[in-house]
Amino acid sequence: MTTHLFDDTAALTARSLLHIARSLDTIITTAITPIAIMMLFVYVFGGAIDTGSVSYVEYMLPGILLITIASGVAYTALRLFTDLKSGIFERFQSMPIARSSVLWAHVLTSLVAVLLSLVVVVLVALLTGFRSGAGAWAWLAVAGILILFTLALTWLAVIAGLSAKSAEGAGAFSYPLIFLPFISSAFVPTDTMPGPVRAFAENQPVTSIVNAVRSLLTQQPVGTDVWIALAWCVGVLIAAYFFAKVAYRRRVS
Amino acid sequence: MTAPTAPAPAIHVKALEKSYKEMAVLRGVDFEVAEGSIFALLGSNGAGKTTVVKILSTLLNADAGTVRVRGFDVATQAADVRESISLTGQFAAVDEILSGRENLVLIAKLRHLESPGTIADDMLARFSLTESARRKVATYSGGMRRRLDIAMSLIGSPPVIFLDEPTTGLDPQARLEVWQAVKDLAEQGTTVFLTTQYLDEAEHLADRIAVLHEGRIIADGTLAELKQLLPPARVEYVEKQPTLEEVFLTVVGNGSAGGVPSNVPRTTKE
Repeated sequence: MTTHLFDDTAALTARSLLHIARSLDTIITTAITPIAIMMLFVYVFGGAIDTGSVSYVEYMLPGILLITIASGVAYTALRLFTDLKSGIFERFQSMPIARSSVLWAHVLTSLVAVLLSLVVVVLVALLTGFRSGAGAWAWLAVAGILILFTLALTWLAVIAGLSAKSAEGAGAFSYPLIFLPFISSAFVPTDTMPGPVRAFAENQPVTSIVNAVRSLLTQQPVGTDVWIALAWCVGVLIAAYFFAKVAYRRRVS
Repeated sequence: MTAPTAPAPAIHVKALEKSYKEMAVLRGVDFEVAEGSIFALLGSNGAGKTTVVKILSTLLNADAGTVRVRGFDVATQAADVRESISLTGQFAAVDEILSGRENLVLIAKLRHLESPGTIADDMLARFSLTESARRKVATYSGGMRRRLDIAMSLIGSPPVIFLDEPTTGLDPQARLEVWQAVKDLAEQGTTVFLTTQYLDEAEHLADRIAVLHEGRIIADGTLAELKQLLPPARVEYVEKQPTLEEVFLTVVGNGSAGGVPSNVPRTTKE
């Protein structure tokens, strides 16, 4: 049935994109918490944080973008859960379609929704004084990293959506992910953190991703961070994809 | 895809077993459904009717037994089975955020049919939904949702249709509409497999009725055959109690003479 994979995914993606177009509030809600955090840090805490030659909004924007992605994928889990709950998932599965297109449609929709929210957040950042002299290639690299990170978290969201027992439970997996940037180099340099916290902060995925994106936006050499960042994204993506397939199969046995 | 030869049954289920964890839901279910007939699977809540439907529609794997739909094995030829069937689940599986027409167009596209728009409009007319075609399904009544749900199932004219408790939760009017739709289907040669907990629904619609109880089919036959399971009808004399209405009319009295009027129905004692 793989012959229809593309057509079926297109039809189903068009469907969930309509959902987004008709409830634009999900895009706004996704963007609003990261924007609030950004305001708080730029105008309240930021003045007291020493980020060297980089302005604070430039320093912390990468972390805010990751928070946006983490809160965006909560809706992916919720949309998938709603489909399962309403029975429309089973309707699709009982039809002569490429079965995996149902999941792929949710994944692509997640990507579009998150990218829209990211655009909103970056526009607000520009209003608060964010400027970057990064060239097209650097922006492209940033987009690539963020897309990979979104895909990795989206497949995590698929696991959550497939195995959740309630709508609240479906979105809850994203809370720790939203919190992760706070214990990283996203908002403050890690040097001042006490030993074990610092060790965690410097070795968790967010730090390498934040550092890589920040270096690209501020035109610094990216060093090894970008490779560590890519390894984390691809690693999480593959693991999450695998466990999502397991969760999917468990539903059909 | 080749159609099975000979008058093979549309659905063939033999020694079907299914357990959830430790709980055995189906413990050897056997039945056959003839092509073009309406078959009702009766059972109380939790009897396993939905489990049977899910296995027939390739949503759930069986633990043991043979299940064939139009000659195709649900385990090894699931894709062929899905080409032959359509499922209307227990709850109207419609997209609330899309309009009725968009729901139908989506299904037509997923069935890879030509001109999905025309198909959608035909279905809307057939199920009297044309006026609400462009409204969000979230604004539909229960009966309208169910009609849309069934309309979605009929797109592409699959030869076998599963209806899992199609009238549960519907008002009497909507229920009659669903019954009519089911009868129309059967007249056009579609095989209809429906589950229900309403005895009158099975009695009214089905050519053949099977009763699922404690994981097995404990009765299977036409309505007439099932009736023969009981001793033949016998005449009984039942004591006729006065109704409240009769009591009321009497005590209010036709006359003012007091005493009990002579037209009070007598209770007879045996």
